[in-house]
Amino acid sequence: MEAVFLARIQFAANITFHILFPSISIALGWVLLFFRLKHLRATDPQQKLDWLRAYRLWTKVFALTFALGVVSGVTMSFQFGTNWPGYMERVGNIAGPLLGYEVLTAFFLEAGFLGVMLFGHRRVGEMVHLGATFLVALGTLMSAFWILGLNSWMQTPAGYEVIDGVFHAKNWLEIIFNPSFPYRLVHMTLASALTCAFLLIGISAWQLLKGVATASASRVLRTGLIFAALIAPAQMLAGDLHGLNTLKHQPQKIAAMEGIWETTRGAPLLLFAIPDDAARTNRFELPVPKLASLILRHDANGEIKGLNEFPSAHPPVFPVFWCFRIMVGTGILMLLVSWIGLWRHWRDGWDFARMPRPMLKLFAGMTFAGWVATIAGWYVTEIGRQPFIVSGLIRTADVASRVPSSSIALTLAIYTALYLALLAAYVGVLKYMSEAAEKPTGPITSKDLAESTHQYQRRGEFA
Amino acid sequence: MSFDELLPLIFIGLMGVSLLVYVVSDGYDLGVGMLMHRATPEERDTMVASIGPFWDANETWLVLGVGLLLVAFPKAHGLVLSELYLPTALMLVGLILRGAAFDFRVKAKADRKAMWDRLFIAGSMLASVCQGWMLGRYISGFGEGWNYPIFAGAIAIALPMAYALLGATWLVMKTDGQLQDKAIEWSKIAWPPMVLGLILISMATPWISETVRVRWFTLPAMIAVASIPITTGVALLAARLLLGSPAVRGSLCWLPFALLVLVFFLSFLGLSYSIYPFVVIDRLTVWQAASSPESLKIILIGVCVTLPVIIAYTGFSYRVFRGKTIELDYA
Repeated sequence: MEAVFLARIQFAANITFHILFPSISIALGWVLLFFRLKHLRATDPQQKLDWLRAYRLWTKVFALTFALGVVSGVTMSFQFGTNWPGYMERVGNIAGPLLGYEVLTAFFLEAGFLGVMLFGHRRVGEMVHLGATFLVALGTLMSAFWILGLNSWMQTPAGYEVIDGVFHAKNWLEIIFNPSFPYRLVHMTLASALTCAFLLIGISAWQLLKGVATASASRVLRTGLIFAALIAPAQMLAGDLHGLNTLKHQPQKIAAMEGIWETTRGAPLLLFAIPDDAARTNRFELPVPKLASLILRHDANGEIKGLNEFPSAHPPVFPVFWCFRIMVGTGILMLLVSWIGLWRHWRDGWDFARMPRPMLKLFAGMTFAGWVATIAGWYVTEIGRQPFIVSGLIRTADVASRVPSSSIALTLAIYTALYLALLAAYVGVLKYMSEAAEKPTGPITSKDLAESTHQYQRRGEFA
Repeated sequence: MSFDELLPLIFIGLMGVSLLVYVVSDGYDLGVGMLMHRATPEERDTMVASIGPFWDANETWLVLGVGLLLVAFPKAHGLVLSELYLPTALMLVGLILRGAAFDFRVKAKADRKAMWDRLFIAGSMLASVCQGWMLGRYISGFGEGWNYPIFAGAIAIALPMAYALLGATWLVMKTDGQLQDKAIEWSKIAWPPMVLGLILISMATPWISETVRVRWFTLPAMIAVASIPITTGVALLAARLLLGSPAVRGSLCWLPFALLVLVFFLSFLGLSYSIYPFVVIDRLTVWQAASSPESLKIILIGVCVTLPVIIAYTGFSYRVFRGKTIELDYA
């Protein structure tokens, strides 16, 4: 049991570290394409230069983010085997092709064009470069498609048959487009967009606060605010639909999220509670009557199944309950901040110089708000699936590694130290780059102009 | 042999090819990483620039190779990675360090650059040594006994040497001037230990494995098999002669690297011949370890469609960045 627990912690540590980077890069790839197009279409030289500067800084952020996503992703691909060998032995026929397609269609696409996108600008024509940027963004999104296909299948398995304990594929369309897949894909993609938007907002606000911003930072900040203000409500809607889907297919997860022990009609929404697994009850409840039923059943007297209906097969309540509240709370905060920020910006006549400093500080403080919400959300969905690795069918404990727990503990310690150090380095370098990249350069120089129009001169050669 | 029986063979072939492409492509960039400890800060920038556009795609071949092992041979996957648990973890630490340091070194504060360079070098070395050890343990079928760790240890030294030689010849091809001169010197230094390592391994493999011994030293196959070491020897000698001649500074700068790739390819052929039809030598054959034919077919369709495309745009990328290395910038 100890080895299983350590393997779980190790895998959780790895996916927690890994998810940070795709949650930025999935959306940031498209944002880069947007900056690039803005740069190309701008006619005013100053604007042109602003968008180019935005593109340059955020390309660096993308490169760094992508590199950390790759190295932690390679680690994850090995840990499927090292930590859960029984998993592949039993569901390899289904998980294998999905992972295989991810490598073949997504990894190679993004890795193959990343070099051209990052370093090839002076070597290829503008259209080829735009194409490379597009393909990297597409590859990142496709990667999410396949891995979420597999993850969703583990949550709501479909299209399979079991022969002698081994899973076989019966219908690939049913496997990929399993009941929870569309909701999960939309929820994750929007989560990435929101994470990325707040990164744009936070870092640009930081530049304004530090007095190192050029007009470029204002443009990025405005872009981020508009994105966030549009995406946050869409994400709430998507989250609500995802919740209804979970209620239908994984009611025990909903029961844990809401902290409901006994099946109840007119279940309250608990704003605060300390779930007690041993006593099978909550302490210090702060309920809003009937609200959970209203949200989940769209009926104030709707019935919600309680955890006691799922003896010994429901997830640990405390982490699921609290992660859910962290996710939703952060989401609401993001919605409020983006709307109030945009409203204030409009009232200031679209001039960030007039934005009050406390507001900019709030923006900067929320730079990584998306990470908090995304990780909390992943914990809800992943811990919420326990004690099963494939919902209702295979228990996590049955597929764990036979490696001695001392080996797992040792590698866990090494990985954790490495991840923490790299995370600190990542945040530190983001701060450094944002301060260094945009030192005010005064009026536009002829060199700046030459750089910003560079591509037009080159285009002819490659046409 | 029916198509269903043929499938595992196709997949072991695909897996072998992805691992070969991985060893050659990540081999040269790991080699460049290791050689950086002998270079000046300016030379280090050029060396990193020479691999910058490629390392990411190179590493993807490892993911594909392990992915195919996972997908096509789930039983072998569990066995191999459980046996190699610790070296795998250490190799990953090396790859993480290297991949992260590659990007951090130019973006962090200038006074941190030297630290990231050291981590880049250390990560490259750690990953290479671990891969050598894993290869050694794998070839010997994870045998127990006093001789097996020595064998694995020898390969753990020989493989990084081979990578260093590959990386040095890559630099001979991709750079010019002083750095190219240095790269030629590095190639000459790395050549003897790599050749010695290859000879020792070729002698030790049949000694350590009965299966390999029978496979190699049975007539008439022995005559055909002999062509592999003979061609390898010729290629290695030709590479060494070239490194000593002035032509390598000019139009033939690519040839030592190409010859080295040929040597890797031949070693791969020899190894495949020795191991066939096992996935884990003397323990699991490809047919025992394979997934269901239905799943293999599904992936095979994907492979047939995507592999040519992958090869095409990999070729495109190498064409874009052809010629001598120039400074990298996010223009």
